[in-house]
Amino acid sequence: MSIRLTDEQRALRDAVRELADERIAPRAAEIDATAEFPWDVVKLLAEHDVLALPFPLAHGGLGADLLTTCLAVEQIARVCATSSLILAVQALGSLPLLLAGNDEQHARWFPDLAAGRMLAAFALTEPEAGSDAAALRTRAVREGSGDADAWRIDGNKRFITHGSVAGLVTVFAQTDTDPAAVKAHRHLTCFAVEQGTPGFSAGKLEHKMGIRGSPTAELLFDGVRVPDSQRVGAVGEGWAIAMGTLDRSRPGVAAQAVGLAQGATEVATRYAGERRQFGRPIGEFELIQGLLADMAARTEAARQLLYAACEEVESGSPRAARWSAMCKLVAGDTAMAVTTDAVQVLGGYGYIADYPVERMMRDAKITQLYEGTQQIQRLVVARDLLAHGA
Amino acid sequence: MRIVVLVKAVPIVGNERLLDDLRVDRGSGLEANGNDEYVLEEALKLSEAHGGEVTLLTVGPSGAVEALRKGLAMGATRAVHVEDAGIAGSGVRATVAILCAALSRLEYDLVLAGADTSDGQGGVVASAIAARLGLPYLSYASKVEPIGEGDGVRIHRLAPAGYDVEEAALPALVMGTQVLGEPRYPSLRGIMQARSKEVATWTLADLGLDAATVGAATAGTQVLSAAPPPPRGGATIVREEPDVAVERIIEFLAARRLV
Repeated sequence: MSIRLTDEQRALRDAVRELADERIAPRAAEIDATAEFPWDVVKLLAEHDVLALPFPLAHGGLGADLLTTCLAVEQIARVCATSSLILAVQALGSLPLLLAGNDEQHARWFPDLAAGRMLAAFALTEPEAGSDAAALRTRAVREGSGDADAWRIDGNKRFITHGSVAGLVTVFAQTDTDPAAVKAHRHLTCFAVEQGTPGFSAGKLEHKMGIRGSPTAELLFDGVRVPDSQRVGAVGEGWAIAMGTLDRSRPGVAAQAVGLAQGATEVATRYAGERRQFGRPIGEFELIQGLLADMAARTEAARQLLYAACEEVESGSPRAARWSAMCKLVAGDTAMAVTTDAVQVLGGYGYIADYPVERMMRDAKITQLYEGTQQIQRLVVARDLLAHGA
Repeated sequence: MRIVVLVKAVPIVGNERLLDDLRVDRGSGLEANGNDEYVLEEALKLSEAHGGEVTLLTVGPSGAVEALRKGLAMGATRAVHVEDAGIAGSGVRATVAILCAALSRLEYDLVLAGADTSDGQGGVVASAIAARLGLPYLSYASKVEPIGEGDGVRIHRLAPAGYDVEEAALPALVMGTQVLGEPRYPSLRGIMQARSKEVATWTLADLGLDAATVGAATAGTQVLSAAPPPPRGGATIVREEPDVAVERIIEFLAARRLV
């Protein structure tokens, strides 16, 4: 299979690249140094409809396919991984609604989300439920009936990207404790909870190695009352919604990874042409050339797998989980290796904050961890292989 | 107000190349001339504030359509692309004749043109069109505003002691400068909508022009030689700490009576 971008996809990608180069790149070092959430970049992305990409046309979005959204994430991550998360997490947090929400819910939230007036977050992970996501303890108990039909949510979420800045959080809670339901993964239900709902608050923010401008929050649910109209999908359907969401969101992480690798390769290549040692540019030394060539080749290989995975997921492939896990696995490892090599090309200058590659290297690490560690991606791929054949 | 913006597709700045016959290579990598984007921005602002529509008009090879797509993505209503194999190599006079023929087929109140182009830099096409069509010509505008309900147009032009104000009845041709203000980025929604906007392609025959009257054979001027500028030499680079560097630079300027 070969992926050829359409004229429209190329035009959108190039427009986002121009925006990223001219308006976001100059902010990247400061965002990392201050670890402050870049609301100015949110505004910029909203003004240029970048945040509208993944939402349906009928509700103010652009109705872009997964590949187009990933092209935009990739271009932003090329210069600033924190900023690329603004789009990626807007899509991630909204995916449960897109996949399982009803028309009323779409009409209620999508216009604000597409316009960037409201940010979204996805709350699955808990302190004791990371890779073992099904083991979550947050509980939702039904209260009242008829018009008063509502749920009471209690529990804690952890490592929730944008948890403290999101106006809307899609949260997963246990609604059935029967061991048979747990075993069958019918024990979870998804809810959309708005910021400001009594009992719902953001706790401490994490101090992180990378993506430092992106707030990673603890979320506290203390007797949060949510009307049944904010239940997303059927009772007991939460696990399926969460897994379906990850199938479509892991390519977004891969896109961040490819963007990071591309950005690091560009910086290293430029540096190799300018930095002179022993009387000539270091790019003339074959040991440096070898590093650069491998960086470029690995980045392109990860990119092609990402684009192919997007097409597979978009076309409804029964192997969507495998494709999305494979592209995240390969791209994340590529980003880590390529950004590390970029630091190597820059030598001592690569290790200091005057150049962007040390930041890219720190940012790259998260792509091997979130939305499932690389170990979990391998489990997903291997289980699918063993169940359905290679 | 119905506005036509003249757009030239020029080689991407920094990638300019001459062909063996010393003509500018327009075979690959074209973009809208920078100055033209500034007047397009002004046209879009005028149409947003006072109603109306903006038509882009270009004469150029097939690659020129990329420049038009960007203008449409920025918000122009439609575009006209005059494209004909017979046009290649045309001089100013033939280019003006083609643009005038195209303008005669369009309805407009105002024509906007950029100050000059980054490839040819002749800077005379706009004035020649105005002369030939008998339109009032307001040049080097730094501000453009309508007068009344379509009664006329008023411009500001930077002058040594402030600015001049000029007015003309419509239709008129205004040549604008970059003082008008930065062009906008196309929004993604604009890019997606641009794909479904009309780009009319007109040939010389559509315009009723005889191919023998345009093209390289009719050009009144010819480039005899072209050479890259000589490398700059003798630059003094000051690398000291800021305090020392400031003194050094002031000494340098003072020695030449520049401060």
